Amino acid sequence: MPVNWYLWLALALFAVGLFGFVSRRNVIIMLLSIEIMLNAANVALAALGTRMQDVTGHILVFFVIAVAAAEAAIGLSLVVLLYKRFREVHMDEVRRLKG
Amino acid sequence: MEKVLFGYLSLAMLVSALLAVFSRNAVKAVLWVLVMFLHQAVLFLTLQAEFLAAVQVIVYAGAVLVLFLFVVYMINLREELRLPRFLGSYPLAFLAVFGLLVLAAAGLSGYHTAQALGILTPEALLKYGHARLLGEHLFREHLLAFEVAGVLLLVAVLGAVVLVRRIREGAV
Repeated sequence: MPVNWYLWLALALFAVGLFGFVSRRNVIIMLLSIEIMLNAANVALAALGTRMQDVTGHILVFFVIAVAAAEAAIGLSLVVLLYKRFREVHMDEVRRLKG
Repeated sequence: MEKVLFGYLSLAMLVSALLAVFSRNAVKAVLWVLVMFLHQAVLFLTLQAEFLAAVQVIVYAGAVLVLFLFVVYMINLREELRLPRFLGSYPLAFLAVFGLLVLAAAGLSGYHTAQALGILTPEALLKYGHARLLGEHLFREHLLAFEVAGVLLLVAVLGAVVLVRRIREGAV
């Protein structure tokens, strides 16, 4: 399999995730879109690591997964915080940034 | 056969990601992303990265999405079904993403890979296994980054606990 196909797949997945992040109202689905974008990056990194026969690409996938887990924990606790404060998880309703 | 498998996996990943982004119900979105992650684990298997496939299933499908489902069930989203899905400016977002796609496709169409380095050869993979090769390089050359990732996860967990606890005290 040529590595370009994997890169095209990663590009398409990244575009889907970016569209979801920019245009959705629901914060939870926005966080899921971030996960989709990180997974697109993982596809590209793993494909390039296998094609270059270098183990660093796969190790980077490992670190991206760790960062994604940390981001999910912090982001979801912020969603819980937002819901307790405003009773709302839609981004266009949250206009007040101060306390 | 290989191409058929790759075509099925990429099609399934794209369709499930699109369904997740476009779905009205947050629970259904999380479950579609779960479908995408499982297909991606199989995609890692086609890249001879079986340890990454295992980590993908355990960490993403087992931990992160359970966290998402927990938060979705904790939050009452009943009015979600009546509201419009997208922000008012979503045609603009579509244009921006389309521009990104055009630019990145122009960059990617002239892409050529460099010479292979030859550490992760199929012979070494057959002899030692993917997990052992990854672990040896991770703990020899990237040990500091590994420790930093561990500290990052610890700080994230503590930060989540502190964030949620402080608002509870403030609300009472």
